[in-house]
Amino acid sequence: MAPEPPLLSMSGITKSFPGVRALDGVDLDVQAGEVHCLLGQNGAGKSTLIKVLAGAHQPDSGTIRWRGDDVTLRSPIAAMRLGIATIYQELDLVEHLSVAENVHLGHEPTTAGFVVRGRAARASTAELLKRLGHPEVDPARLVGDLSAAQQQIVSMARALSHDVRLIVMDEPSAALDPDEVDNLFRIVGDLTADGVAVVYISHRLEEIRRIGDRVTVLKDGRAVAGGLPAKSTPTREVVALMTGRNVEYVFPERPTAPPDGEPVLTVEGLSRRGEFAPLDLEVRPGEIVGLAGLVGSGRSEILETIYGARKPDTGRVLVDGRPLKPGSVRAAVRAGLGLAPEERKAQALLMLESVTRNVSVSSMSRFARAGWIDRGAELGAARAAVRELSLRPDNPDVPVRTLSGGNQQKAVLARWLLRGCRVLLLDEPTRGVDVGARAELYAVVRRLADEGLAVLLVSSEVPEVLGLADRVLVLREGDVVHTAPARELDEHRVLDLVMEGSPAS
Amino acid sequence: MTQNVSPPRDSTGKVPSAAEQPAWRAVLFRADVRTMSLLGVLAVLILIGGITKPDQFLDTRNLQLVLTQASVIGVVTVGMTFVIISGGIDLSVGAIVALSSVWATTVATQEFGFAGILFTAVLVGLGCGLVNGVLIAYGGMVPFIATLAMLASARGLALQITDGRTQIVTVDGVLDLGERDSYILGIPPLVLVFAAVTVIGWLLLNRTTFGRRSVAVGGNAEAARLAGIDVRRQRLYLYLLSGLCCGIAAFLLIVLAGSGQNTNGNLYELDAIAAAIIGGTLLTGGRGTIVGSVLGVLIFTTITNIFALNNLQSDVQQIAKGAIIVAAVLVQRRTASTT
Repeated sequence: MAPEPPLLSMSGITKSFPGVRALDGVDLDVQAGEVHCLLGQNGAGKSTLIKVLAGAHQPDSGTIRWRGDDVTLRSPIAAMRLGIATIYQELDLVEHLSVAENVHLGHEPTTAGFVVRGRAARASTAELLKRLGHPEVDPARLVGDLSAAQQQIVSMARALSHDVRLIVMDEPSAALDPDEVDNLFRIVGDLTADGVAVVYISHRLEEIRRIGDRVTVLKDGRAVAGGLPAKSTPTREVVALMTGRNVEYVFPERPTAPPDGEPVLTVEGLSRRGEFAPLDLEVRPGEIVGLAGLVGSGRSEILETIYGARKPDTGRVLVDGRPLKPGSVRAAVRAGLGLAPEERKAQALLMLESVTRNVSVSSMSRFARAGWIDRGAELGAARAAVRELSLRPDNPDVPVRTLSGGNQQKAVLARWLLRGCRVLLLDEPTRGVDVGARAELYAVVRRLADEGLAVLLVSSEVPEVLGLADRVLVLREGDVVHTAPARELDEHRVLDLVMEGSPAS
Repeated sequence: MTQNVSPPRDSTGKVPSAAEQPAWRAVLFRADVRTMSLLGVLAVLILIGGITKPDQFLDTRNLQLVLTQASVIGVVTVGMTFVIISGGIDLSVGAIVALSSVWATTVATQEFGFAGILFTAVLVGLGCGLVNGVLIAYGGMVPFIATLAMLASARGLALQITDGRTQIVTVDGVLDLGERDSYILGIPPLVLVFAAVTVIGWLLLNRTTFGRRSVAVGGNAEAARLAGIDVRRQRLYLYLLSGLCCGIAAFLLIVLAGSGQNTNGNLYELDAIAAAIIGGTLLTGGRGTIVGSVLGVLIFTTITNIFALNNLQSDVQQIAKGAIIVAAVLVQRRTASTT
C-alpha cells in the first residue's frame, strides 16, 4: 500500500497567551475515516489545539498540512471551507433562530443571492436530522426550546450541512444520557464509514475504548504520546501519561465513630416538577452525604433548591429543626448554609476581584460598622481562612482569576468557612480541578467535616462520591433508589442501580 | 507588579500590605496607569489652553467657571458611575435634573424659600430614582428601557410644569450662593459641593459594604445572589442614589442659572456616561472608579472651555469629544490586555 499522506497533519504547533504557553510544539496526525481521541487534563491544551484547528486561534509557530498541502487557517470560515467542522462543548447556536436557520447560518440557500429559501432550508435540515437519528426535531422550532441533547444534534447537523471531512467533537457526551450516547456513537460510526475523520475529546476512558481508533495524550501543552492504539493501551498507562505519575485518587480516612448528633440539615419531601421527585434526607454535623447518579438526574437542581436558589414545588428544608423560608438564598445563608456551585466562575466567583473580596463577600457585615468596612479586620480574617485551607498563593490580594481551578474552589470554601457556615453544599467540587490537586481538596473537605461541618456532596464521578462520602444516596431520574454507607458500595453496584437493573459490566 | 523594592515598614515593624496603606498613599502611589494617563491628558489640555489663550484661560475667574460648570455634570456622573459599575445604566439623569429644577422653582415652591427649593429638588430626584429602581429591581425591567421611559416622562412633566417658560428664582439665599461674595478661599460653593459628593462617593465605593455590593452585583449578579447578597434591594438603592445625585445637581444648576428650565440637563446622560467610560468604568459592570469619572468630567469641561475661548463652534467640540471617547476606549483595551 502506497503511504497516503494523512488527512490532517499538525506539527510543532505553539501558542502562547499572556503568561501562559498553552501549546508547546504539539504534533497531531489524523487519518481519513478514523476516530482520533484527544485526552488530557483541564489546562493540558486540548481546547486551544482544537481552536487552532477550527481557525479560531492563530498559532505562533508550527505548520498545518491538509491532505498533504500546507495551509493557513486564518479564520473559522477558512477552516470550514476546507471541510473542518467543530462542535464545541458550549454549543454556539443562536437560541432565537429556528433549527433550520441555525443549521444554514452563514450559507443559507438563496434565490438571487439574498432571498432565503426557507422551505428548501427546512427540507434539507429535516433530511440531516433524519440521518442523525432525530427525525422528531422540527426544523421550524426555535433552538432555545430544545433540550441540550437535541441542540447538540442541531450543532452536528450544521457541521454536516457543509461538505465536511473532519469533525472535531469537544466532550460531546458530557450532557447526554446513555441512550443518546449510543445514538451519538452510531452517528460517529456512520461518519467514519463514509471516510470522515473525527477528533473526539472526552474524559471518559470507556468511551474512548468503545469508539476510538487512536489516542493522542496532551499534558501541559505538549503531546506526551501520539497515535496510541485506543483499544489496547492499558488504562494505567493512559492515566500515567495524563498525570505524569501513577496516581489513584487518594481519599482521606473516615472517622472511626460515625457521627451521631441531631441532624443539622433535614430535607422533607422536597421536589420540583420535571427535575426531581420528592426527596428526603438528613445530614448530621461531621457527616458527608453524597448523591450519586447521572447528569440530568437533578443533582445540581436538588442542591440549588435546598439552598433556596430555586423554589420547591413541594416539601421543605429544615436547619436545626426550623424550616427555612422557601426560595430564599438569604434565609438559607443566614441559617448557616453555603453552596459551592458547579459553575464556579459563573455562579460563585467575582472574577475581577481579589481573593480577599471573594472570600469576605458573604461576611461583609461582620467587618462593618454602619456599613463602614474595617479593611484590616477583613484582610486578617481572609488571610486566616486562606491559610487554614492552604490556598496558594497565600497572598489574598491577588486577583481570584489568576488562581488555578483547585485554588479557586478553595476560595469558595474559604468564603463559607469565614461565614461560619454549618452545612456545606458541594456541587461537583473537583470540576476543573487538576487530578493532583483533588486529593488535597478531598482532605480539606474531610477536615472541615471532622470539625463539625455537615456536607452534602454531589458529583458525576462515582469514585469521588464513594471515596469521600460517609453515606451515599443513589438517584435515578430524580428518585432515590438506594441509600447505604459508602463503604458498602462499589462503582459497579452504583452504576447498576442507576441503570435500573441492567448488569454492570 | 514590581517586587524589587522592599516595602516600607511601619512603626510596629510589620510590612503593611496594599489594603492596609492609608488612603492618601493608596491614592498617590497606587494610582494606576489609567489614572495617570487621564491626569496626563488633563495636563496637556491645560497646557494647550495656557498657550492658545494665556491671559484668558489661566485667569482665576475662568478656572472658577470651568470648575463650576464641571460641578453640575460631575455630581450626576458620580451617581451614574455607581449605576454603571453595578451593571446598569441610567438614561434619565438629564430629564430628572430638568424635572427637579423646574419643580423646585415653581412659584409655590419658592414661597418656602431656600429650604423649599433644596428639599424639593432632592426629593423629586429621589422620587424619580425610586420609580426607576422599583421598575428595574422588582419589576424586572431592563435598565435601558425603564430609564428611557423615565427620560421621556420626566421631560414631558417638566414641560407641563413650566409650559416652556423659564422660571426665575427670586429667593435671595439661593441666588447669593452663586455670587462671588460667598466664595470660600476663592472656591465657589458649588465646587465645594461637587468636591464633597466626590469624596463621599469615593468613600462609599471603596470603604463601605454598599460599594462592595454594587461592584459584586455588577461583576457577577448570579454569584452575588448565591453569596447571599440581596441583589434586588441593592439595585433599588443604586437608582435611588443616582436620583439623589440628579436632585443635588438640579439644585446646583438652579443656583448657577438663577432659574429653572425644562430644557435643563439636556444630554447629561450622554456626557455622564462618556465621562465614566473614559474614566475607566466598564460598561458591562464590575469595575470603575470615582476618581476616573471625575477626571473624565474635568477633561470634557476643559475642552469645552478651551474651544469656547478660541471661538470654535460647538460642532467641533462634539467631534473632539467623540474622538476622545474612542481614543480612551482604545487605550484602555490596550492597557487591559497587557496587564
